Amino acid sequence: MTTRVFEKWYREDRLPHIFCTGCGNGTVMNCAIKAVEEMHWEIDDTIFVSGIGCSSRAPGYMSTDSLHTTHGRALTFATGVKMANPDLNVVVFTGDGDASAIGGNHFIHACRRNIDMTVICMNNMIYGMTGGQGSPCTPVGKISTTTPYGATEPVFDLAELAVAAGANHVARWTSYHTKELTRAIETGLATEGLSFIEAMVQCPTAYGRRNKFRKATDQVEWMRTHAILLQKVRRLEEEGKPIPEEHFAVGEFVHRQRPAMGVRR
Amino acid sequence: MRHEVIFSGFGGQGVILSAVILGRAAALYGNKYAVQTQVYGPEARGGASMSAVVIDDEPILYPKVASPDIYVIMSQQGFEKYGAAAPKDALMLVDSELVHSRPQCACTEIPATTEAKETLGRVIVANIIMLGALVTATGLVSEDAIKRAVLDSVPKGTEDLNLKALHLGFELGRNT
Amino acid sequence: MQGNRACCEGALAAGCDFFGGYPITPSTEIAEMMALKLPKAGGTFIQMEDEIASMGAIIGASWTGARSMTATSGPGFSLMMENIGYAVMTETPCVVVNIQRGGPSTGQPTMSAQGDMMQCRFGPHGDVATIAVVPSTVQEMYELTAKAFNLADRFRVPTFVMSDETIGHMREKIVIPEKVDIVPRKPLLKGKLPFEADEDGVPGFAEFGRGHRVHVTGLTHDERGYPDTTDPEVHEKLVKRLYNKVESKRHEIADYDAVNTDAETVFITYGPCSRTVRQVLHDHPDECIGHLNLRIVWPFPEETLKIFANAKTFIVPELNLGQMVREIARHTTGEEVLSMPKIGGHIHTPAELYAAVEARK
Repeated sequence: MTTRVFEKWYREDRLPHIFCTGCGNGTVMNCAIKAVEEMHWEIDDTIFVSGIGCSSRAPGYMSTDSLHTTHGRALTFATGVKMANPDLNVVVFTGDGDASAIGGNHFIHACRRNIDMTVICMNNMIYGMTGGQGSPCTPVGKISTTTPYGATEPVFDLAELAVAAGANHVARWTSYHTKELTRAIETGLATEGLSFIEAMVQCPTAYGRRNKFRKATDQVEWMRTHAILLQKVRRLEEEGKPIPEEHFAVGEFVHRQRPAMGVRR
Repeated sequence: MRHEVIFSGFGGQGVILSAVILGRAAALYGNKYAVQTQVYGPEARGGASMSAVVIDDEPILYPKVASPDIYVIMSQQGFEKYGAAAPKDALMLVDSELVHSRPQCACTEIPATTEAKETLGRVIVANIIMLGALVTATGLVSEDAIKRAVLDSVPKGTEDLNLKALHLGFELGRNT
Repeated sequence: MQGNRACCEGALAAGCDFFGGYPITPSTEIAEMMALKLPKAGGTFIQMEDEIASMGAIIGASWTGARSMTATSGPGFSLMMENIGYAVMTETPCVVVNIQRGGPSTGQPTMSAQGDMMQCRFGPHGDVATIAVVPSTVQEMYELTAKAFNLADRFRVPTFVMSDETIGHMREKIVIPEKVDIVPRKPLLKGKLPFEADEDGVPGFAEFGRGHRVHVTGLTHDERGYPDTTDPEVHEKLVKRLYNKVESKRHEIADYDAVNTDAETVFITYGPCSRTVRQVLHDHPDECIGHLNLRIVWPFPEETLKIFANAKTFIVPELNLGQMVREIARHTTGEEVLSMPKIGGHIHTPAELYAAVEARK
């Protein structure tokens, strides 16, 4: 991908961005831009929508019309945009806290309605913008400012939640797996109905620093070594074997053609 | 002349619809002014529901009933809650099968529920029978106006049944 | 026609083409009617998962150019406050109908109240200025709902139809005008920044999908729409503009009836209480009793109080424990201001209000 493409889709006058050195969000944004470009979408027909949090700053750096909304509510605004004008291409950027805690209800209902949009969730397993509080995706035992003795609550599996709630296309990759992530987003953009792409990202400042990842790359390496292909996870499940501790599934969770809303007929 | 009509019964009898039909007859087909309001609780069925219509030759300012002069009561609970305190110069029509008490004011017994069941085979139209009786007993609106309002308001396919009920009501009201 | 239905008819006549809502007594008939009518009129109806979502959806729709609306009652109105604040900050035109019921909390779902009058003015966090219309008849429900869309578009603010169970569920005859004036929002002109205000304090609207490439954020932003959250001057300039674009026009947009302007005793009412006062005036034609009926309560048209030059007493009946009376008292100069609160679900009777007049004799 050439610099020209990035110049086209990013607002140069918004730089520098607010993301920390080593943050994984930029990688996901680049993957999204590449996918959008591959789809030959026009800037003026594309709307980026987001809620609140680090992930949600993404649309502010992109040259399309964009809606940076309230915490957890991005999908409700995006629903309004897409239902009122189905000719627009709608992509939502969200985070684990934004989508699954404060926005959990909107998340499952957007999946259920299967509105024709792509939702990219940057899951850094923490509330980054407010300084590192535990989220519904902070793994058990991990340290955050609100779980100083280690998180004790079970986590949400966002991809499985999206599948159960009815989204047409669901995939999970990480900021390490850029090619796969880009392809998954592209498939999502091309899929009629709601596509949910969970992108695991490193957060060196709020998460890694407290959880024995000395450098950003240490957490990227951890994601590389702890991601197991979904097919393998399914095989282990069938064989009744345990999933290795702290490992997580990556791949395409579902791709189907349930009836979608917000599609120009 | 301002008339204030109170309808009461239990939820599901159609006392609110009765008030809507009377208001419509007066306002749209009777060349008068009408305001219809109601008091209702959370119950979709049962409970004591109340609906009111104010009918006047002049535009209606205060929209609620202040001193009702006509009562249509279709349940004992409705009588106790909304009918028992009726002023002496009022007129009350009661469903003779369902209301056991009688007021101090002039009272007309209309066997609406009985007739609906026995003559028409459908208890659901008891409210329309009461409405017909109300019209001939009081002359609030014309028979033609209430007929047109009934036809506007009832589900398609039930027009004949409701007109039969209305005419039955006219007769019951005339005989009082 | 029922008040809630008149609300829908007024909205449709004004070109409403998007409704997002959630069922709640006593406003539900509005959602039901919109579900029935909007699709046939080429618009979009969507039932959202809650009132927070309803508010988000109508804001999103508004940015695509839709005339969007939601309807709710007390508890739902409380949930909407977050995104109403967002609509204020992002200057998103939209209409929010509140068919008020008894509160606080779930209170009296089927009874009438006017307990949200201050919430609609001060509900969202931060300094906001919005517009609220209040109908006192079913006819006004139709007319003021239509008008609310024009006000929302002209000032680019959420505009409230602050009605109540009495008017919402009341049926009376209305006359539907042949045509309703539609004043569309002014578009963003070439060479202007998306949040650069014209002389009237309102920027042209950068509709999505038209190549404006606008960034819309609830954060404090500059005229480009870009967040600038630490510069005190940027914040002060923005929030003062959002406030003044509405408040500075309060006399221009005031909508009221003033009767017996030389009276010493003057009722000030809005909504159904106005009808009781009209009855009192009708029943006592020989007495000079003043009446100010407000169809727009926010921004509060304080100049209207001066119309009653001889006023010694302002009597303010409200279906709450005294809300707008505080605003009225704030703007009076020595006149007695008497609050006549009433809660529980019923409106004041003419006798109750006339007793207050007699007590002043």
